Amino acid sequence: MIARLLSGDRPGSRILSLIVIAIFLCLALAPFLFPGVRSLETAARIAIFIVLAASYDLLLGYTGIVSFAHTVFFGMGAYGVGLATQQMGRGFPALATGALAGAVAAAVLAFVIALFSLRVRAIFFAMITLAVASAVAVLVSQLSSITGGEDGFTFQIPRELGPALRLGEVMGVDVSGKTLNYYLVFTSCLILFLLMLRIVNSPFGRTLQAIRENDFRAEAIGYRVVWYRTVATCLSAGIAALAGSLFAIWLRYVGPETTLSFEIMLDLLLMVVIGGMGTIWGAAIGATLLVLAQTYLQDLMSGASEATAAVPILARLLDPDRWLLWLGVLFILSVYFFPTGIVGRLRGR
Amino acid sequence: MSAAPDHTPTMAALGLAEKLGRAMPLLLVPLLILIGIPAVGNTSSWLTLTVSGLAMGMMIFIMASGLTLVFGLMDVINFGHGAFISVGAFVGISTLAALGSWSGAPSLVLNLAAVLAAAIAAMAVTGALGWGFERVIVKPVYGAHLKQILVTVGGLIVIEQLIAVIWGPEEIFLTRPESLKGAITFAGAALEKYRLLAVGVGLVLFVAMRLVFRRTKIGLIVRAGVENGEMVEALGYRLRRVFIGTFIAGSALAGLGGVMWGLYEEVITAGMGEEMMILVFIVVIIGGLGSVEGAFIGALLVGLLQNYVAYVEPKAALVSNIGLMTAILMWRPQGMMPVVKAK
Repeated sequence: MIARLLSGDRPGSRILSLIVIAIFLCLALAPFLFPGVRSLETAARIAIFIVLAASYDLLLGYTGIVSFAHTVFFGMGAYGVGLATQQMGRGFPALATGALAGAVAAAVLAFVIALFSLRVRAIFFAMITLAVASAVAVLVSQLSSITGGEDGFTFQIPRELGPALRLGEVMGVDVSGKTLNYYLVFTSCLILFLLMLRIVNSPFGRTLQAIRENDFRAEAIGYRVVWYRTVATCLSAGIAALAGSLFAIWLRYVGPETTLSFEIMLDLLLMVVIGGMGTIWGAAIGATLLVLAQTYLQDLMSGASEATAAVPILARLLDPDRWLLWLGVLFILSVYFFPTGIVGRLRGR
Repeated sequence: MSAAPDHTPTMAALGLAEKLGRAMPLLLVPLLILIGIPAVGNTSSWLTLTVSGLAMGMMIFIMASGLTLVFGLMDVINFGHGAFISVGAFVGISTLAALGSWSGAPSLVLNLAAVLAAAIAAMAVTGALGWGFERVIVKPVYGAHLKQILVTVGGLIVIEQLIAVIWGPEEIFLTRPESLKGAITFAGAALEKYRLLAVGVGLVLFVAMRLVFRRTKIGLIVRAGVENGEMVEALGYRLRRVFIGTFIAGSALAGLGGVMWGLYEEVITAGMGEEMMILVFIVVIIGGLGSVEGAFIGALLVGLLQNYVAYVEPKAALVSNIGLMTAILMWRPQGMMPVVKAK
């Protein structure tokens, strides 16, 4: 039964299975295990970024295409929900319509980009998506009458998902609408995650891997490489948009900072590379690790920076604002020395 | 003996349509400038915009030329190229600031000497940085595009963050040297002096590059290497050395472009290279990967179009580049002047 749910793709090593089970249990019981606002915030973030990183891995790890526009699709889902609620008023129909519209729009945009770049050369895709991502970011900040510009905008979600709704106490923890909201996010993320496992372990996923390894040969065997790559791009964009919708519902806010910024794109790259390219499990572990590090590492760095304040350069290197520097170094090192990431290491390949 | 088969070779000249098709990329720039007249609607603004468009195009070309050659020669796609632009700008502007008495003096010779010194310092540092970058970052990942993209993006981030460590995270505002401030009036249009200088420098560089490529042996080897590297190696040339040389020269040019862009915008930030990379990529794609001439035409098109559109409809300026790229890729999916690879 579990093997069926996981589409026959087990984590593959005992330690890995334990880590995955631990992540799953912590996320599933987060409101009761870690009943703080900040930790619930972190748990929801982890769940959403697992889906986002896994959808990116579908592209980067399984298809071997580098995209820099993944945050654009993520943002489209988020803005879809926000704008739909603004137009249709607060309620579940607005959330569903917005999420669906965002996912469809993201898939269409991905299709158009893929059409222009993939039919010539796969590396065009990286450059063109970079250009598109920057254009979208500018567009969003300029069309401030619709998108709220740099500030973004907040919107109302149904009352059932807000902290105002009280449902009593379970195990000494207040269960409120916020808890329901968390479980909405968690369940949706779980379903999307299992769906992606299903996709990559289907014949379609195998073909993608074949194309990644040797596109010329795949074409010669009779698979239409461009078509497969395009479909993978659209799927990945659609799922990213759904993750974006969930993020918007959770935050009750959309803005370029939380959805479209280049930093999120870098985070995604890191999550997938560190966790392990080409396995959905790697995305899950990478996302968990990085979100935790982001939340708690910056505190550590500011401590280290204060401790070394006497040493001039070192203090500046350890400044919490410079944490991207260390992530960059880590990123380069992991591409060189752990190209298969944590999962690849643990699986002993 | 049987008679030779009846066979009369003909040497028909190319038809007009075909000739036009071949020359079309070259004709696009004047065509765009001509379209600019009615679109802008008044001649003096048109002249101003054309000069600034050309200046912008030249600077983008200077940054893009190295990238396109590096790709052509070794199939290396360097996302870290933008870091050289930023480093060049910071080193150059620091040099200019150190030579404050020269750049502040009202003498054209001293001012130009200061700018020249800044450019040389920037090119020296970015050239050396390029050499190190090639050694440490790029060399281990030859032949793997995916890893190249990932690793060079990592390098870009690290260098940008190091700039923030050395020069501080805030943007730096600067003023141009005295005699490059202000504008001259020509036919009722105000033409900024600095932009004219930028156009001049760009043109000189382009002509020099063409001369090197067409008239010298090293240029011949580079061109041959872009077309068919294996063959060049089989003839006994060490293409790796040529490649490293090209990489260093390309990085130095990116640094020069960075200084020029910094002086143009009168503000520099650590992220400026990353922003410029987007234009550089668009230029390289529409020009055809590996083609210097294509990059030149592409850069001029991007610069001109952006200036015209920014005047006519400011909000569409950044999207105009994407539109241009889309149009050109629909017309020629490989870019305007793709280098024919003998592979």
